[in-house]
Amino acid sequence: MGAGHGHTLHFHGHSAVHRAPAHLKIVALVAFMVVVVATPREWFAAYAGFLVVLLGVVALSRVPPTYLLKRMVVEVPFVLFALLLPFVAHGERVEVLGVSVSGPGLLAAWALLAKGTLGVLASLTLAATTEPQALLRGLERLRLPSLLVQIMGFMIRYLEVVTTELQRMRVARESRGFSARNPRHWPVLARSMGSLFIRSYERGERVHLAMLSRGYTGTMPR
Amino acid sequence: MHVPDGFLDAPTSVGTGVVAAAAVGLALRGARRELDDRTAPLAGLVAAFVFATQMLNFPVAAGTTGHLMGGAIAAVLVGPWTGVLCTSVVFVVQALLFADGGITALGTNIVLMGVVTCAVGWGVFRLLQAVLPKRVSMVPLAAGIGAFVSVPAAALVFVGLYAVGGVAPLPLDNLTTAMLGVHLLIGVGEGVITFLAVGSIIAVRPDLVHGARRVLAQRTLEVRTSPTASAA
Repeated sequence: MGAGHGHTLHFHGHSAVHRAPAHLKIVALVAFMVVVVATPREWFAAYAGFLVVLLGVVALSRVPPTYLLKRMVVEVPFVLFALLLPFVAHGERVEVLGVSVSGPGLLAAWALLAKGTLGVLASLTLAATTEPQALLRGLERLRLPSLLVQIMGFMIRYLEVVTTELQRMRVARESRGFSARNPRHWPVLARSMGSLFIRSYERGERVHLAMLSRGYTGTMPR
Repeated sequence: MHVPDGFLDAPTSVGTGVVAAAAVGLALRGARRELDDRTAPLAGLVAAFVFATQMLNFPVAAGTTGHLMGGAIAAVLVGPWTGVLCTSVVFVVQALLFADGGITALGTNIVLMGVVTCAVGWGVFRLLQAVLPKRVSMVPLAAGIGAFVSVPAAALVFVGLYAVGGVAPLPLDNLTTAMLGVHLLIGVGEGVITFLAVGSIIAVRPDLVHGARRVLAQRTLEVRTSPTASAA
């Protein structure tokens, strides 16, 4: 979902989690989540264990829990889906609080909520404790193709520029009395999108020429 | 809508991860052909653009808004390989820096919303270009229809993945109808917005639209003299 983007989630700090090498944190996150996803949903105690481990890492990182909690809204659509699941899934029916729901559906909803929440919390912890530049170096150490890391670097570097450009266009539209209320206003918004593309592409061309004039031959200097 | 962790089981997630890695590897080579040494800065800026378009909300009705997925429009604007590359990079950055979309579901998200939307969007676009008259004005139309088809196609692939590795015992026929119904509607929005946006770019800088290059190459130089200009 698009809401809430615009700024990276990094929370400045000097804890052990902040100082840990980025490539180790990425590997730890992927390994942790693969284990979580592969754990059978009936092993309730295991999930409690995962949560304790994760909360331990959060406590060690000294990132305020409210900081992470506020940013867990990205999960909301799937919470809604999970809440709906016991009613639409098939399988034997069980009575919960006088309502007949699907037993397997209830179990699946629990698993979805548990795994999804652990995933969001773990990813948030990585994002909050790792600076974008450190993350890129970590990915490079993990042998991601250097061109791919360069592209990600440029994307992250210009994210703020491009999104604030979009913001300025919105201010310009609204200061001229425009506010988008229904699909009849789509052409105006689509034209904003078109000019954002042209500006981004032309900026990319200018950046490339600037790089060439500084001796770029295909790899970035450290 | 990004797939979170735990939506598909571990083997399926690993499988889509392998497919996504292979697709990104191919896209890296393809993008070098489309952009050569401009690849890093241009693909990076286009990825930032795709990210930003997902923040531009279009009002639908009764206070609800939607935004573009952007796979098909990226494929038409910068070429299919660069399109796959840019959307994939967006998903990686969203998963790692914004906790949007599960890290184990990254492969699934790249395959569904990057590879499938770009491939289907571009495929339909090229098919329509072959059928429709070769005029610049037809490019936005073909792009819009391609974008419209790409969304339900991605939803169908998701249902297919769910049939293989879904964790909840949902009746598949119900899931298929629900997903198709919702995504046909989303597809209409995606198609209309893509049509309008590509049209606005074609009007200003047709040379930037990758999908319009063949049509532009066929245009011949036309010298128009106006009576007022010759009088002056």
